[in-house]
Amino acid sequence: MKQSLENFKDSYLFYSFKRDKIAMISFAILLVLVVVSFSAPLIAPYNPYDAETIDILNSELPPAWMDGGSTQFLMGTDQQGRDLLSTMIYGMRLSVLIGLGAVVLQAFIGISVGLIAGYIGGWLDNFLMRLADIQLSFATMMVAILISAIFQTVFGSSRYNELAVPLLVVVIGIAEWPQYARTVRASVLGEKGKEYVEAARVVGLSSTRIMFRHILPNTMSSVLVISTVQVANAIMSEAALSFLGLGMPVNRPSLGSLINAGFEYIFSGAWWITLFPGIFLVLLVLVINLLGDWLRDVLNPKLYKG
Amino acid sequence: MEPILDIKNLDVKFALRTGTVTAIDNLSLSLAKGERLGIVGESGAGKSVMGFSIINLIRKPGYIANGSIYFRGEEISRYSEEEIRAIRGNRISTIFQDPMMALNPVLTIGTQMTEAILAHMDMTQEEAERIALEKLAKVHIPAPEKRLNQYPHEFSGGMRQRIIIAISLLTDPDLIIADEPTTALDVTIQAEIMDLLIELCESEGMSLILITHDLGVVSEVTERIAVMYAGRVIETGPTEAIIKNPQHPYTQGLLKALPESRTPGEPLYQIPGMMPTLTDIPPGCAFNPRCPMRGEICITKRPEAAFADEHTGHMAACHLVSGDLAS
Repeated sequence: MKQSLENFKDSYLFYSFKRDKIAMISFAILLVLVVVSFSAPLIAPYNPYDAETIDILNSELPPAWMDGGSTQFLMGTDQQGRDLLSTMIYGMRLSVLIGLGAVVLQAFIGISVGLIAGYIGGWLDNFLMRLADIQLSFATMMVAILISAIFQTVFGSSRYNELAVPLLVVVIGIAEWPQYARTVRASVLGEKGKEYVEAARVVGLSSTRIMFRHILPNTMSSVLVISTVQVANAIMSEAALSFLGLGMPVNRPSLGSLINAGFEYIFSGAWWITLFPGIFLVLLVLVINLLGDWLRDVLNPKLYKG
Repeated sequence: MEPILDIKNLDVKFALRTGTVTAIDNLSLSLAKGERLGIVGESGAGKSVMGFSIINLIRKPGYIANGSIYFRGEEISRYSEEEIRAIRGNRISTIFQDPMMALNPVLTIGTQMTEAILAHMDMTQEEAERIALEKLAKVHIPAPEKRLNQYPHEFSGGMRQRIIIAISLLTDPDLIIADEPTTALDVTIQAEIMDLLIELCESEGMSLILITHDLGVVSEVTERIAVMYAGRVIETGPTEAIIKNPQHPYTQGLLKALPESRTPGEPLYQIPGMMPTLTDIPPGCAFNPRCPMRGEICITKRPEAAFADEHTGHMAACHLVSGDLAS
């Protein structure tokens, strides 16, 4: 353990990280956002899920530094009287959770399909990749809207509220797996012809073992790069769905549903309910994308910015 | 003595869009236990295809069209994938041309070695590691205990090739097929690796098939040579006989083309023309367009192998040897 930490300190990855200011700042911001959101019950001043602490009389209070603002609520309150800061912290936790969950699912489906299609080839490759093409020809949003809408009508909205998180993970996961499948397949095709694969066959290893033990680790750098981009995308998709009212319900708001909820009040002057979650969402997605950018430059030195 | 490997009338064909081409044409070879055989020829002569056909790993669209391969008395060319895998890497090992490429860059040497052992033998991780250490020591890798946890990029080219040889030795195979094992290495290391191979063959009683285009290397290592041209064996016999007294004009040309056989300052000799592509092998003797001794019969009739020296088993497929063409 100590040895691998030492190795990491000497590695090129860490070296280039130290030299890249944007990557360092992005990482710091991301770290703060993730730590804060995952320790929400400890940090947030109020619990937005606890109806007893919410007072409707506090609704639509402006941020503390404005006229009529209260020091109790640093960033003001939403239309139900919830502390906006607390709600945002909890909401961000949901957004990050759904984003990560969806990417894990995408990666699982996509990597398996890409690996099998690329390694085995032939009609199976054709079949799986056409499947991916078909999936890609449906816009992510369309698939997501369709599935959530059907789910809501079939199961009713109270059941839907309970299952909203896993459902969003599945919906976004299924809609985006072809990205992984294509990337992995392309890398597998490149690796398959290399001599070490031939050598592994000559040693008498089975195909499954060659696929998962020998080829898969060699495709990991591209998987890592698209994973960062995909996390950002998944968070955006979740926000967009929630904004359209098909994502997280209002009593358990994510950043997207907060923006949506505030949107109705924006012309009555309560701009903060929409603006603050919006800023947080942009910040979150931006730093993840910047980190992904840096990672791509490090792992693929042949690509230059320009 | 019963040969360990006996190839009889092997035909390997490739089904291309434009029709089938014959990459190996009626090849017969046999190899005794402990014997070292060299396969020599230009690029594209079918040397490597022959090597791969033994372990049934010819790349598609290639296939064995005819003939049989007996290994330890058993016909292995019709084995199922499952059956051949028990032999591949276990009884027959292969060493590749490029040591930079043949090791997986993301796995440690130890992992790659123990994996190869565990694929064929029923034993614990510790036992496998012990064997790996033993074999690394055998190929003269210093401090093998430390090396097991290192990655391929931490080794030099010569070291990597030794590791690959160590991997090929793991299961104490009966036969090693070395496909140009030293082409990617420089000359001093080349000699070291070759000495190592001879040493191992002699101490372990393994047979070796050395595929190369380097006659110098072959003459140092092997006991017997088979010269291939356009998919056929055109001359075979004891190494000494072939080097000292080549019968086929192609072998003579190859030997003449060695830089050692020229006086300094003069241009190097080369055999005129190119090896025919497999899609249009000329009628008669495949070598006839390039042959300095070509006669009428060479264009029309394909020569069959004939003894140049019955005692040593020196044979050549040339009309000059069979006596159909007067020199």
